[in-house]
Amino acid sequence: MRADEGTFVAPRADDATAGLPTGRWSRFEIAFWLIPVACFFLLPGYLVMGSQILITALFALSLDLILGYAGIVSLGHAAFFGIGAYTAGLLARHGWGEPVSGLVAAAAVAALVGWATSFLIVRGKDLTRLMVTLGIGLLFFEAANSASTITGGVDGLTGVAMWKLLGLFSFDLDGKAAYVYSLAVLFLGFVAVRLLVNSPFGLSLRAIRENASRMPALGVSVRARLVAVYTIGAALAGIAGALLAQTTQFVGLDSLGFQRSAELVVMLVLGGAGRMYGAALGTAIFMIVQDWLSGLNPVYWQFWIGLLLVAIVLFARGGMLGMIDRVVARLFHRGAGP
Amino acid sequence: MIANFVGVLFDGVAYGSLLFLISIGLSVTLGLMNFVNLAHGAFAMLGGYVCVMLMSRWGVPFLATLPIAFVVTAAVGAVLERTLYRRLYKASHLDQVLFSIGLTFMAIAGATWLWGASQQPVRLPEMLRGQVELLGLQLGAYRLFLVAVVVAITVALAFMIERTRFGAQVRSAVDDADVANGVGINVNLVFSLMFALGSGLAGLGGALGIDVLGLDPTFPLKYMVYFLLVVAVGGAGTIRGPLVAALVLGIFDVAGKYYVPQVGAFIIYTLMVVLLIAFPAGLYGRRT
Repeated sequence: MRADEGTFVAPRADDATAGLPTGRWSRFEIAFWLIPVACFFLLPGYLVMGSQILITALFALSLDLILGYAGIVSLGHAAFFGIGAYTAGLLARHGWGEPVSGLVAAAAVAALVGWATSFLIVRGKDLTRLMVTLGIGLLFFEAANSASTITGGVDGLTGVAMWKLLGLFSFDLDGKAAYVYSLAVLFLGFVAVRLLVNSPFGLSLRAIRENASRMPALGVSVRARLVAVYTIGAALAGIAGALLAQTTQFVGLDSLGFQRSAELVVMLVLGGAGRMYGAALGTAIFMIVQDWLSGLNPVYWQFWIGLLLVAIVLFARGGMLGMIDRVVARLFHRGAGP
Repeated sequence: MIANFVGVLFDGVAYGSLLFLISIGLSVTLGLMNFVNLAHGAFAMLGGYVCVMLMSRWGVPFLATLPIAFVVTAAVGAVLERTLYRRLYKASHLDQVLFSIGLTFMAIAGATWLWGASQQPVRLPEMLRGQVELLGLQLGAYRLFLVAVVVAITVALAFMIERTRFGAQVRSAVDDADVANGVGINVNLVFSLMFALGSGLAGLGGALGIDVLGLDPTFPLKYMVYFLLVVAVGGAGTIRGPLVAALVLGIFDVAGKYYVPQVGAFIIYTLMVVLLIAFPAGLYGRRT
């Protein structure tokens, strides 16, 4: 309505209609994607670190899908990351070093395991879910640890020989191919997740998160949706794991560990869960600060990250992006006022 | 062979009773306040360090350090409950998990900074070392002591919960905090007291457990799964549930590590997933 334009008030972050998707790319999103591209040209010395961030951002995005959108609190998401990493690593070690098909294989295996375990996870409430995800994560860690003849155990999986990417670019020490490869895969993953969360399916996930008991009344099978999103999240995590295995040509046992799952949740919450870009932002900030602080002293790092978590929960719900939202909303209110 | 089996069984019971002693406080926070407190192991670690410090710095005898460990951790628990935990009773489980993981990380870093990353030794008094012959079986004296302490505490706890006026207030607060508040019970005070009691028992368990579980800064993370497991499998807000779960867990873990060491922690995690799937609300779950 034209008459309303003058009194336009920016929607609040918790307004139900504010989250309705339009599917259009905003200026901020385009600018956001130019940052990693610019980094490639401006910071050639940090490409190895950069690929690590990109890979972890994809991993965080996969958790965002199940935690941020569907509301499943998982403390064992690294299981799928590790499964993807070992799948790609083992394929390459045993003679099939083609990267892209390795990714596809890793995604397939992780999705299969995710699908199989999702039936355990959709049962029960928050605490049971938390414990089951934790338990499954620990089970896979122990399995990889015990099967040291296959996985290399504590020493890690070495001898991952990758072929040239698309038959053209080899993964060498300067890390250029690895960076571009990781960025491309992250972008594709992002576009896929973006389509997914803006679809009616994505909206139904958010509705389940907000009120799981109401959804069956609207004719939505909560169980089927959660199984589907958990499987997709597992596949994405598997791709991220495979990326790490292929670009570093090594798979460590820690790729399955609890520490990785817990840190991932921290990164996601730091950036802001349920917001897609929160995953990327939180990962980047977390890893850059970690790199800088743990250079000083790894113990202090753990202390600060703990303090940060406590502070986020007590004072900054919604993470970085949530805070930015609040600041923007306040500015808007002031600007639109009489 | 049989004697051997009984010995393993006994070790499992001793281990399980220790797990129970530490986890009972977690069961309280979960059952009473519906709070997922992943930092519970930090209280046990604090009790352990209090015990070690008192013994090595001031030469306090081991048995005398135990009540002090209880009091100190209970006091710290009470302060934290009043200042921090209380704000999050109504928060989502995700927020509670993040908050308590944050506390755990801080506790680990703090302990490393204060006492170093190495394992802390404990010198047990003469009378608790070695073996004791009981009914023709050789049993570790310390483990026997452990079981005796836990049995005594469990009986006292059960008496308190089932027979005293305070216990009745606790039970009604577990069943429905709002209604309990409405009939004039000071639920906030009940929460604080129970949180302090739970923390204190964890601290006592940590001090008692140095010889069995070890003590280093990673303690809260290393045993977090076990404590959570005891509560999740046993069902929160009861005494019997966590007791049974802790004993089952202790026996399976010790027996598994003794008879099939190559499978390692596999047994315990499989058991955990299977039990959680079979009993989503715990073995003796009160909440539906």
